[in-house]
Amino acid sequence: MKTILLIGDPNVGKSVLFSRLTGVDVIASNYPGTTVDYLKGRMNLHGESVEILDAPGTYSLAATNKAEEVAVSLLGQADVIVNVVDATSLERCLLLTVELLEKRKAVIVALNMWDEAQHLGIHIDVRELENILQVPVVPTVAITAEGIKELVLRLDEARVSERPRLKDNDQVWAEVGHIVRKVQTVAHRHHSIWDRLTDATVKSGTGWLSALVILFALFWMVRLVGEGLIRYGAEPLFELCRAPLMALNDWLEPGFLHDVLIGKLIDGKVDFIQSMGILTTGLFMPFGMVLPYIAAFYFALALLEDTGYLPRLATVTDNLFHRLGMHGHGIIPVLLGLGCKVPGILSARALETRKQRFIAATLVGITIPCTAQTAMIFGILGHYGAKYVLIVLGTMAAVFLLLGLILNRTSHEECPELFLDIPPYRMPSLLAVLKKTWMRIRWFLSEALPLLFLGVLAACIFDAAGLTAKLADHAAPFMQGWFGLPGAAVPALLSGFLRKEMAVGMLVPLALTPAQLTVAVTVFAFFPCIAALAVMLKELGIKDMMKALAAMILTSLIVGGILRLMLI
Amino acid sequence: MNETTLALLKQGDKATVVALQGGGGFQHRVRSVGLKEGKLLRVVARHHFSGPLVVEIERRHITIGRGMARKIVVAQVP
Repeated sequence: MKTILLIGDPNVGKSVLFSRLTGVDVIASNYPGTTVDYLKGRMNLHGESVEILDAPGTYSLAATNKAEEVAVSLLGQADVIVNVVDATSLERCLLLTVELLEKRKAVIVALNMWDEAQHLGIHIDVRELENILQVPVVPTVAITAEGIKELVLRLDEARVSERPRLKDNDQVWAEVGHIVRKVQTVAHRHHSIWDRLTDATVKSGTGWLSALVILFALFWMVRLVGEGLIRYGAEPLFELCRAPLMALNDWLEPGFLHDVLIGKLIDGKVDFIQSMGILTTGLFMPFGMVLPYIAAFYFALALLEDTGYLPRLATVTDNLFHRLGMHGHGIIPVLLGLGCKVPGILSARALETRKQRFIAATLVGITIPCTAQTAMIFGILGHYGAKYVLIVLGTMAAVFLLLGLILNRTSHEECPELFLDIPPYRMPSLLAVLKKTWMRIRWFLSEALPLLFLGVLAACIFDAAGLTAKLADHAAPFMQGWFGLPGAAVPALLSGFLRKEMAVGMLVPLALTPAQLTVAVTVFAFFPCIAALAVMLKELGIKDMMKALAAMILTSLIVGGILRLMLI
Repeated sequence: MNETTLALLKQGDKATVVALQGGGGFQHRVRSVGLKEGKLLRVVARHHFSGPLVVEIERRHITIGRGMARKIVVAQVP
């Protein structure tokens, strides 16, 4: 079977082109380096099935990082190379093009973002470019599918360029300059108000200000969309389930099975928050409370990603993150972690050094409240007013900074500097945003949720075997002495580590004071769920995982103790 | 002409790239995002406390760490 390789600079639209050609869903962002592994798909070409590979973005074949090495290693497998070029930055992309032509493989060039180039007043003489490169060049707009048909039709015309070989890098650079001068003319353009506005988002003072405004807007939107989804989606849906559940309740004998499946009735009715059964609270919390916010969060994040704001945010926060042992890219795991810690921790992989990855994963694991934890914090403390919620969130933010400062000191490994290519702002396409949101939700449902249910199962078995009660007996004096919590709260805290969704329902009936609840919730929030712990172990390895766990336990003991002294 | 390094330019300054210092890998990396000899650049932002610089070259913005910017020799233009 024939193999076609898509290769090009980061953030030129390879992944969009790939999904146009194959129909496979790919997460594409307006952020360089979205694809780290390569993707494989198939398409039908003139009645024949061909394989398509989507390589991670690479500026050159010199391969300076992992993603680029992957791209280069794929070259050998390819029969035809589709070199995706960003028409708005031709000069930069041509380096790779010229290097590819030197490999003497069949090449066709897709001149992507053609519409944007025209909009910017950049004119490229396609015919002349074809003549110079001696391979076909097709203008495309991958997002709207413009030019894709022609690209597919002309795939057969891809050929080996017979240009004279270049000797070294200097000659390659000279050649690139020469080609650009011949084929490209750029209309002069004044610095517009819009340019000034976009500049403001990367400067130090105004950059922080706009970051705060934008992030605040993001969370306001998450809340609005999330609440809407719960009120008009999840709640009516679960109301429909009430009748069958009551029927099941009547049919089941009181006993173990009833307790596990339905739990206890509140005022003779199933209560989705306090009943605690697997089919009641166990289903309502993840699907009725958390999933709507996850969906809302991923929607807002996708919007933000596709505008091209994230590299700017990384630039503005770079200074801060350097003090925490990372560079500005560290904001990405943090942002993702606010949705679900699992992808947050996974995204730490994109950081260059082991120290950075360790700090990012540990900080996300301990101090960044995921959607479920945020729902828990608001669920328990929300009706006592904003004060207690703010205490918890403020404490977590302070711990994020302090722990980062400390972890940075524990190793002397230098953090590399930030080096980022900032894409222009773009209007996100609603379809692309919705698609990306859906893909991430699907991922959450299939990867993170099953692990969560394993935790639920484990907690049920512990409870039923009396292990929780036994452990609670031993831990109670310490919990009372250290955190100032009554003994009755201890079983809730223990099983809460495995079943976050029970925390709200279990703590509410205990009639704790708001101050006690604040301490309990904060201590809770430092422990990630089983799914996140599993991913941390996988990403960090056993040795660093032990360090992260030690940091987690120490943090909850120290911070919980301090909060107790201050509040209770 | 006033030769200096990119790291010493102020926000709003314009300059042309004169030479790149440092290893071959570094030079290649910097050139491949468009920071090349002879190019006109504008410092869009210069972050405090040895933070990164944002430069504009041919309408594209690039964030570059202060240490890397020290290896880029430029000639300031008014």
